[in-house]
Amino acid sequence: MSADAHAASLRVFGFWVYLMSDCVLFASLFVAYAVLHAHYAGGPTPPDVISLPGVLAETLCLLSSSFTCGLASLATSGSSRGGMLGWLAVTFALGAAFVGLEGSEFARLVREGSGPGRSAWLSSFFTLVGTHGLHVCAGLLWMLVLGIQVAFKGLRSVSAARMRTLSLFWHFLDVVWVCVFSFVYLAGSLFAGGPSMGSMPNG
Amino acid sequence: MDDRRTAASVGATPAATPANRRPYVLGYLLSVALSLVPFLLVMTSALPRAALIAVVAIFAAAQVAVHLVFFLHLGRRGEPAWNVHVLLYTAVILAILVGASVWIMYHLDANMMGP
Repeated sequence: MSADAHAASLRVFGFWVYLMSDCVLFASLFVAYAVLHAHYAGGPTPPDVISLPGVLAETLCLLSSSFTCGLASLATSGSSRGGMLGWLAVTFALGAAFVGLEGSEFARLVREGSGPGRSAWLSSFFTLVGTHGLHVCAGLLWMLVLGIQVAFKGLRSVSAARMRTLSLFWHFLDVVWVCVFSFVYLAGSLFAGGPSMGSMPNG
Repeated sequence: MDDRRTAASVGATPAATPANRRPYVLGYLLSVALSLVPFLLVMTSALPRAALIAVVAIFAAAQVAVHLVFFLHLGRRGEPAWNVHVLLYTAVILAILVGASVWIMYHLDANMMGP
């Protein structure tokens, strides 16, 4: 194994360690959400604001983008520049659709007076879901930069390593989203209506 | 250095042959199915609430496993184990962080903030 390839492999491993530390960040936000999920301060409860069809659309966008991102990294390993750029463009479009859907959901909530300042539940909701959304935006920016780089400078060994870390990042965000839609959206629309601590004065 | 003993293939993907594409296709189909089922069950309230909560939790765990195996290629034969070691260590940290925090906070809730 050449020195270059070894350095690249170390970089990929280092990025994996970063992703694991990002796991800890998301776990902390999930804990904050779990603690505050029933503190509505007399405001809206999850079924009042959650629209599951929209969340399902977001989910399908992100799952499909994870698949196309995998195809982009296969094309990269096969030294197919056109294939990589094509699949990267599809991945970008699907990721952008996800961010657009989430942005319009957030805008609707704020318009309805259910912004992050309404209750402790909504604060933790916006923090958790918004942090994931910001990660997705960072991934989109990364795709854009990598795509431009490969389009103008061609596929080099360094771009292959970047594609590998990018696809790790993108698949990781998908795993986080699975937890978000299961425990925030699906469980949220189930939990409310039952016995809750929502009437507590401290919200 | 022997390739298999380095972190060389963390997330590495071989060339785009149909055989190499198969795990992605399989992972994609599985993850779509594992998402659609809980969504549809919850949206139609097809089961009692307790059963739905269990279904959501089980399908989430299954889908995380599908992503780890088919997309992140963990545990592929002949691969280095360093990434798995870090993942297992992180899992321990997460269990302590999530389990202990929720435990402590619910006790505080029950003791100090209840009606």
